[in-house]
Amino acid sequence: MDMGVVRDIEVNGKEVLVKITPTYSGCPAMDMIAADIKIALDKEGYQTKVELILSPAWTTDWITENGRQKLEEYGIAAPLTESADKLALTGESKLVKCTNCGSNNTTMVSQFGSTACKALFKCIDCLEPFDYFKCLK
Amino acid sequence: MLGDNSMILGHRLSELCGHGPSLETDIALTNISLDLFGQVRHYFQYAAKIKGAETTEDNIAFLRLPNEYKNTLLVEQPNTDLAYVIARQFFYDVYHLLLLDQLINSTDKQIAAIATKSIKEVKYHTRFSSQWVKRLGDGTAESHEKMQTAIDYLYPYTADLFKETPLEVSLKEAGIGADLTKIKESWLTQVKSVLEEATITFPENPYGHVGGKEGVHSEHLGYILSDLQYMQRAYPNMTW
Repeated sequence: MDMGVVRDIEVNGKEVLVKITPTYSGCPAMDMIAADIKIALDKEGYQTKVELILSPAWTTDWITENGRQKLEEYGIAAPLTESADKLALTGESKLVKCTNCGSNNTTMVSQFGSTACKALFKCIDCLEPFDYFKCLK
Repeated sequence: MLGDNSMILGHRLSELCGHGPSLETDIALTNISLDLFGQVRHYFQYAAKIKGAETTEDNIAFLRLPNEYKNTLLVEQPNTDLAYVIARQFFYDVYHLLLLDQLINSTDKQIAAIATKSIKEVKYHTRFSSQWVKRLGDGTAESHEKMQTAIDYLYPYTADLFKETPLEVSLKEAGIGADLTKIKESWLTQVKSVLEEATITFPENPYGHVGGKEGVHSEHLGYILSDLQYMQRAYPNMTW
């Protein structure tokens, strides 16, 4: 919900249809998310169907304030705006805040990170590496 | 065609998993591969739905013969060295981005939805490959020479991207497909501008290899498919 992945829920008595959308096309977590939703709702006695939808296409703007905070707490810097993202990823501007010490003195190590949705950053002050959630619009 | 391009290029890039020349390029190329596979799944699931009956995305991906694959010749070319990988990616990314930019307005709702989703990812791909063309081209004497060699070698294969097949003409007329003539113009402008910045000479080679989109492939595709289809052919209907 906080990630904006769950788009719609239709409840009809004991039947539930949950519509989800992928962050990136190749996100391998989608099958897992769908299975988790089904298990959780089935446990409550619902008959659950999960449908994957593509339109409208997911954007990082749909991550809620709560979602951004949870990302930061988990150690993933939340996405900037599109123009700021470009400057940050090309190294022209230091806008990404270190999730460990909060310093803005950070540098991009790799534009592509451990998963499709992230870039790898390093903090110059505390020297810790961390993930940055790439902006997608 | 579009699905097969993403599938075969995605496979080529996946061959580099764990073999990239540096951690950054290794992660980037396999990330791009993953994006392409994700897009392929959307296309193939849609195709399977249209075909109906027993067809699944896996049948389409794993149980066709080489002449039934309609990818362009460019994407099946091998990973000779990093310069070839980058040149192939760069030529394709610029084309892919322009193509999706038109498909966003396709009269087919699902194609338009997939294009709208994919274009966001392909922007990152294009930025990555363009930067590397510049880095290698405008780098050391050796990297420059390798980049120039790869661009010269692969350029004739780009003709296949723009050769309109009868199917593409009918899709264009129906408002579903894209207008390749328009794409070619913008493609040339963008490619030339990046190559110029990379101090690479644009190959004025008038010769072009074509045929991939009609199922006439280079010898490389057979080897790719024997790798890709091995599991389904050896153990029919196996699943994870």
